[in-house]
Amino acid sequence: MTRSVIELPVSDEDRRIAGLASAAVLLSLVDAAVPSPLPGIKPGLANIVTLVVLLRYGWGTAIWVSLLRVLAASLLLGYFLAPGFFLSLSGTACSLLTLGLARHLPSRWFGPVSLSIFAALAHIGGQLVVARLWLIPHDGVFLLAPLFAAAALFFGTLNGLVAARLLAEPAPTSPVHD
Amino acid sequence: MRGFAPWLALLRPGDWLILFATTAAVAASLPRLWQAGIGEHAVIRQEGRIFATLDLGQPRQIEVGGPLGNTLIAVEPGRARVVSDPGPRQYCVRQGWLSRPGEIAICAPNRVSLQITGRTRIYDSLSY
Repeated sequence: MTRSVIELPVSDEDRRIAGLASAAVLLSLVDAAVPSPLPGIKPGLANIVTLVVLLRYGWGTAIWVSLLRVLAASLLLGYFLAPGFFLSLSGTACSLLTLGLARHLPSRWFGPVSLSIFAALAHIGGQLVVARLWLIPHDGVFLLAPLFAAAALFFGTLNGLVAARLLAEPAPTSPVHD
Repeated sequence: MRGFAPWLALLRPGDWLILFATTAAVAASLPRLWQAGIGEHAVIRQEGRIFATLDLGQPRQIEVGGPLGNTLIAVEPGRARVVSDPGPRQYCVRQGWLSRPGEIAICAPNRVSLQITGRTRIYDSLSY
Protein backbone atom coordinates (compact mmCIF):
# COMPACT_ATOMS: atom_id res chain seq x y z
CA MET A 1 0.00 0.00 0.00
CA THR A 2 1.45 3.23 -1.03
CA ARG A 3 1.16 6.13 1.21
CA SER A 4 -0.33 9.05 -0.55
CA VAL A 5 -0.03 12.48 0.84
CA ILE A 6 -2.63 14.95 -0.18
CA GLU A 7 -1.34 18.39 0.25
CA LEU A 8 -3.71 21.29 0.15
CA PRO A 9 -1.95 24.54 -0.45
CA VAL A 10 -2.95 27.05 2.18
CA SER A 11 -2.70 30.66 1.18
CA ASP A 12 -2.35 33.63 3.48
CA GLU A 13 -5.89 34.54 2.48
CA ASP A 14 -7.11 31.15 3.75
CA ARG A 15 -5.33 31.66 7.06
CA ARG A 16 -6.81 35.09 7.41
CA ILE A 17 -10.34 33.83 6.68
CA ALA A 18 -9.91 30.99 9.17
CA GLY A 19 -8.66 33.33 11.88
CA LEU A 20 -11.42 35.85 11.35
CA ALA A 21 -14.09 33.14 11.13
CA SER A 22 -12.95 31.67 14.43
CA ALA A 23 -13.23 35.11 16.04
CA ALA A 24 -16.77 35.35 14.64
CA VAL A 25 -17.61 31.84 15.94
CA LEU A 26 -16.39 32.83 19.38
CA LEU A 27 -18.66 35.89 19.36
CA SER A 28 -21.56 33.69 18.20
CA LEU A 29 -21.02 31.52 21.27
CA VAL A 30 -21.02 34.60 23.50
CA ASP A 31 -24.21 35.65 21.74
CA ALA A 32 -25.87 32.33 22.50
CA ALA A 33 -24.92 32.64 26.18
CA VAL A 34 -26.59 36.03 26.56
CA PRO A 35 -30.09 35.57 27.96
CA SER A 36 -32.76 36.90 25.62
CA PRO A 37 -36.25 38.12 26.49
CA LEU A 38 -37.67 36.77 23.24
CA PRO A 39 -36.41 34.04 20.93
CA GLY A 40 -34.87 35.74 17.94
CA ILE A 41 -33.60 38.80 19.76
CA LYS A 42 -29.83 38.52 20.01
CA PRO A 43 -27.03 41.08 20.02
CA GLY A 44 -25.49 39.52 16.90
CA LEU A 45 -21.96 40.30 18.03
CA ALA A 46 -20.46 38.22 15.22
CA ASN A 47 -21.66 40.87 12.80
CA ILE A 48 -18.95 43.15 14.17
CA VAL A 49 -16.45 40.76 12.59
CA THR A 50 -18.42 40.69 9.33
CA LEU A 51 -18.40 44.49 9.15
CA VAL A 52 -14.70 44.83 9.92
CA VAL A 53 -13.88 42.13 7.36
CA LEU A 54 -16.11 43.74 4.74
CA LEU A 55 -14.55 47.16 5.09
CA ARG A 56 -10.99 45.93 5.46
CA TYR A 57 -10.77 42.89 3.15
CA GLY A 58 -13.80 43.15 0.86
CA TRP A 59 -17.13 41.48 0.25
CA GLY A 60 -15.80 38.08 -0.86
CA THR A 61 -13.87 37.58 2.36
CA ALA A 62 -16.90 38.75 4.36
CA ILE A 63 -19.07 36.10 2.67
CA TRP A 64 -16.54 33.38 3.48
CA VAL A 65 -16.18 34.45 7.09
CA SER A 66 -19.95 34.74 7.61
CA LEU A 67 -20.87 31.41 6.06
CA LEU A 68 -18.09 29.59 7.91
CA ARG A 69 -19.28 31.23 11.11
CA VAL A 70 -22.90 30.10 10.56
CA LEU A 71 -21.75 26.56 9.82
CA ALA A 72 -19.27 26.24 12.70
CA ALA A 73 -21.50 27.95 15.26
CA SER A 74 -24.41 25.67 14.35
CA LEU A 75 -22.19 22.62 14.78
CA LEU A 76 -20.88 23.83 18.14
CA LEU A 77 -24.30 24.82 19.44
CA GLY A 78 -25.97 21.71 18.03
CA TYR A 79 -28.51 23.17 15.63
CA PHE A 80 -26.87 22.21 12.34
CA LEU A 81 -29.64 21.58 9.75
CA ALA A 82 -32.30 22.31 12.39
CA PRO A 83 -34.82 25.11 11.65
CA GLY A 84 -32.62 27.56 13.55
CA PHE A 85 -29.78 26.84 11.14
CA PHE A 86 -31.85 27.79 8.11
CA LEU A 87 -33.11 30.90 9.85
CA SER A 88 -29.53 31.84 10.67
CA LEU A 89 -28.46 31.09 7.09
CA SER A 90 -31.28 33.07 5.48
CA GLY A 91 -30.69 36.03 7.79
CA THR A 92 -26.97 35.99 7.07
CA ALA A 93 -27.51 35.62 3.32
CA CYS A 94 -29.91 38.57 3.30
CA SER A 95 -27.60 40.77 5.30
CA LEU A 96 -24.62 39.84 3.11
CA LEU A 97 -26.58 40.76 -0.03
CA THR A 98 -27.61 44.04 1.58
CA LEU A 99 -24.03 44.75 2.61
CA GLY A 100 -22.94 43.96 -0.96
CA LEU A 101 -25.17 46.78 -2.16
CA ALA A 102 -24.73 49.18 0.76
CA ARG A 103 -20.92 49.12 0.67
CA HIS A 104 -21.11 51.18 -2.53
CA LEU A 105 -22.60 54.09 -0.60
CA PRO A 106 -20.18 57.01 -0.40
CA SER A 107 -18.01 56.22 2.61
CA ARG A 108 -17.51 59.89 3.36
CA TRP A 109 -21.16 60.06 4.40
CA PHE A 110 -22.08 56.53 5.38
CA GLY A 111 -19.89 54.63 7.81
CA PRO A 112 -19.99 51.23 9.52
CA VAL A 113 -23.02 52.24 11.58
CA SER A 114 -25.21 52.66 8.49
CA LEU A 115 -23.99 49.35 7.10
CA SER A 116 -24.61 47.65 10.43
CA ILE A 117 -28.18 48.96 10.69
CA PHE A 118 -28.93 47.84 7.13
CA ALA A 119 -27.39 44.43 7.78
CA ALA A 120 -29.31 43.94 11.04
CA LEU A 121 -32.65 44.90 9.49
CA ALA A 122 -31.98 42.69 6.45
CA HIS A 123 -31.04 39.84 8.80
CA ILE A 124 -34.32 39.94 10.69
CA GLY A 125 -36.21 40.51 7.43
CA GLY A 126 -34.72 37.41 5.82
CA GLN A 127 -35.47 35.36 8.90
CA LEU A 128 -39.07 36.51 9.08
CA VAL A 129 -39.66 35.72 5.41
CA VAL A 130 -38.28 32.19 5.79
CA ALA A 131 -40.23 31.73 9.02
CA ARG A 132 -43.41 32.89 7.27
CA LEU A 133 -42.90 30.75 4.16
CA TRP A 134 -41.72 27.61 5.85
CA LEU A 135 -41.96 27.34 9.63
CA ILE A 136 -45.10 29.28 10.56
CA PRO A 137 -47.22 29.77 7.43
CA HIS A 138 -49.33 32.46 8.99
CA ASP A 139 -49.21 36.25 8.88
CA GLY A 140 -49.14 36.31 12.68
CA VAL A 141 -45.38 35.90 12.35
CA PHE A 142 -45.18 39.55 11.34
CA LEU A 143 -47.04 40.79 14.42
CA LEU A 144 -43.79 40.90 16.37
CA ALA A 145 -41.85 42.40 13.45
CA PRO A 146 -41.77 45.91 14.99
CA LEU A 147 -40.20 44.48 18.13
CA PHE A 148 -37.59 42.57 16.12
CA ALA A 149 -36.90 45.64 14.01
CA ALA A 150 -36.43 47.77 17.14
CA ALA A 151 -33.97 45.24 18.55
CA ALA A 152 -32.16 45.04 15.20
CA LEU A 153 -31.88 48.82 15.14
CA PHE A 154 -30.55 49.00 18.69
CA PHE A 155 -28.00 46.20 18.40
CA GLY A 156 -27.17 47.15 14.81
CA THR A 157 -26.18 50.63 15.99
CA LEU A 158 -24.09 49.29 18.87
CA ASN A 159 -22.33 46.71 16.70
CA GLY A 160 -21.72 49.35 14.04
CA LEU A 161 -20.13 51.65 16.60
CA VAL A 162 -17.85 48.87 17.85
CA ALA A 163 -16.91 48.00 14.26
CA ALA A 164 -16.18 51.66 13.52
CA ARG A 165 -14.04 51.83 16.65
CA LEU A 166 -12.07 48.73 15.58
CA LEU A 167 -11.67 50.05 12.03
CA ALA A 168 -10.23 53.28 13.43
CA GLU A 169 -7.26 51.22 14.64
CA PRO A 170 -4.47 50.56 12.14
CA ALA A 171 -4.91 47.27 10.28
CA PRO A 172 -2.69 44.43 11.45
CA THR A 173 -0.09 43.75 8.78
CA SER A 174 -0.53 39.99 9.12
CA PRO A 175 -3.58 38.96 11.10
CA VAL A 176 -2.46 35.35 11.53
CA HIS A 177 1.02 34.40 12.64
CA ASP A 178 2.07 30.80 12.53
CA MET B 1 -14.74 57.66 32.14
CA ARG B 2 -14.40 59.43 28.82
CA GLY B 3 -18.13 59.66 28.06
CA PHE B 4 -19.86 59.20 24.76
CA ALA B 5 -18.01 61.83 22.76
CA PRO B 6 -15.39 59.50 21.20
CA TRP B 7 -18.18 57.13 20.16
CA LEU B 8 -20.30 59.86 18.62
CA ALA B 9 -17.29 60.97 16.59
CA LEU B 10 -17.49 57.61 14.80
CA LEU B 11 -20.87 58.49 13.32
CA ARG B 12 -20.79 60.10 9.89
CA PRO B 13 -23.50 62.50 8.65
CA GLY B 14 -25.29 59.80 6.64
CA ASP B 15 -25.21 57.51 9.66
CA TRP B 16 -27.26 60.05 11.59
CA LEU B 17 -29.69 60.22 8.70
CA ILE B 18 -30.08 56.44 8.56
CA LEU B 19 -30.33 56.25 12.33
CA PHE B 20 -33.12 58.83 12.51
CA ALA B 21 -34.98 57.47 9.49
CA THR B 22 -34.96 53.87 10.71
CA THR B 23 -35.82 54.91 14.28
CA ALA B 24 -38.80 56.86 12.97
CA ALA B 25 -39.92 53.92 10.82
CA VAL B 26 -39.64 51.48 13.73
CA ALA B 27 -41.42 53.87 16.10
CA ALA B 28 -44.22 54.29 13.57
CA SER B 29 -44.62 50.52 13.31
CA LEU B 30 -44.64 49.89 17.07
CA PRO B 31 -48.36 50.63 17.61
CA ARG B 32 -49.05 47.59 15.42
CA LEU B 33 -47.96 45.51 18.41
CA TRP B 34 -51.02 46.56 20.38
CA GLN B 35 -53.64 46.11 17.76
CA ALA B 36 -54.08 42.60 16.49
CA GLY B 37 -55.91 43.85 13.43
CA ILE B 38 -59.46 45.06 13.06
CA GLY B 39 -62.51 42.90 13.64
CA GLU B 40 -64.45 42.43 10.44
CA HIS B 41 -67.03 39.75 11.11
CA ALA B 42 -69.06 38.36 13.97
CA VAL B 43 -69.35 34.59 13.77
CA ILE B 44 -72.29 33.19 15.71
CA ARG B 45 -72.25 29.49 16.44
CA GLN B 46 -75.02 27.29 17.72
CA GLU B 47 -74.16 23.76 18.89
CA GLY B 48 -70.70 24.37 17.41
CA ARG B 49 -72.05 24.93 13.90
CA ILE B 50 -71.91 28.33 12.29
CA PHE B 51 -75.35 29.88 12.64
CA ALA B 52 -74.58 33.22 11.03
CA THR B 53 -71.61 35.31 9.95
CA LEU B 54 -72.43 38.99 10.22
CA ASP B 55 -70.52 41.91 8.78
CA LEU B 56 -69.44 44.24 11.59
CA GLY B 57 -70.12 47.17 9.29
CA GLN B 58 -73.90 46.93 9.50
CA PRO B 59 -75.81 47.31 12.76
CA ARG B 60 -78.43 44.65 13.37
CA GLN B 61 -79.78 42.30 15.99
CA ILE B 62 -80.20 38.57 15.67
CA GLU B 63 -81.84 35.94 17.82
CA VAL B 64 -80.35 32.49 18.12
CA GLY B 65 -82.42 29.65 19.49
CA GLY B 66 -80.87 27.16 21.88
CA PRO B 67 -82.01 24.48 24.34
CA LEU B 68 -82.86 27.12 26.98
CA GLY B 69 -84.43 29.75 24.79
CA ASN B 70 -83.31 32.61 22.61
CA THR B 71 -79.98 34.41 22.84
CA LEU B 72 -80.09 37.96 21.53
CA ILE B 73 -76.97 39.26 19.82
CA ALA B 74 -76.43 42.86 18.72
CA VAL B 75 -73.98 44.08 16.11
CA GLU B 76 -72.86 47.69 15.84
CA PRO B 77 -70.24 49.18 13.55
CA GLY B 78 -66.95 47.58 14.63
CA ARG B 79 -68.29 45.60 17.59
CA ALA B 80 -70.79 43.02 18.76
CA ARG B 81 -72.20 41.73 22.04
CA VAL B 82 -74.61 39.32 23.59
CA VAL B 83 -77.56 41.43 24.74
CA SER B 84 -79.47 38.78 26.58
CA ASP B 85 -79.20 35.09 27.21
CA PRO B 86 -81.35 32.63 29.14
CA GLY B 87 -78.30 31.06 30.82
CA PRO B 88 -78.11 31.12 34.65
CA ARG B 89 -74.79 32.91 35.13
CA GLN B 90 -74.86 35.46 32.29
CA TYR B 91 -71.10 35.34 31.70
CA CYS B 92 -71.43 36.00 27.98
CA VAL B 93 -73.72 38.98 28.55
CA ARG B 94 -71.43 40.49 31.15
CA GLN B 95 -68.46 40.30 28.79
CA GLY B 96 -69.92 43.31 27.00
CA TRP B 97 -68.76 44.52 23.64
CA LEU B 98 -66.27 42.50 21.64
CA SER B 99 -64.31 44.25 18.92
CA ARG B 100 -60.90 42.65 18.43
CA PRO B 101 -60.26 39.55 16.32
CA GLY B 102 -60.17 36.42 18.45
CA GLU B 103 -62.44 37.77 21.19
CA ILE B 104 -65.24 35.38 21.99
CA ALA B 105 -68.28 35.29 24.25
CA ILE B 106 -69.61 31.84 25.00
CA CYS B 107 -73.08 31.23 26.34
CA ALA B 108 -72.37 27.62 27.22
CA PRO B 109 -75.74 26.67 28.75
CA ASN B 110 -77.55 27.76 25.61
CA ARG B 111 -74.77 26.44 23.38
CA VAL B 112 -74.30 29.73 21.57
CA SER B 113 -71.03 31.52 20.95
CA LEU B 114 -70.17 34.86 19.43
CA GLN B 115 -66.70 35.35 18.03
CA ILE B 116 -65.03 38.29 16.30
CA THR B 117 -62.84 37.46 13.34
CA GLY B 118 -60.51 39.65 11.34
CA ARG B 119 -58.82 39.25 8.03
CA THR B 120 -56.39 36.81 9.61
CA ARG B 121 -57.14 34.32 12.32
CA ILE B 122 -55.11 34.80 15.47
CA TYR B 123 -55.63 31.34 16.89
CA ASP B 124 -55.80 28.09 14.98
CA SER B 125 -58.13 26.69 17.60
CA LEU B 126 -59.36 27.39 21.09
CA SER B 127 -60.48 24.83 23.60
CA TYR B 128 -62.26 25.29 26.86
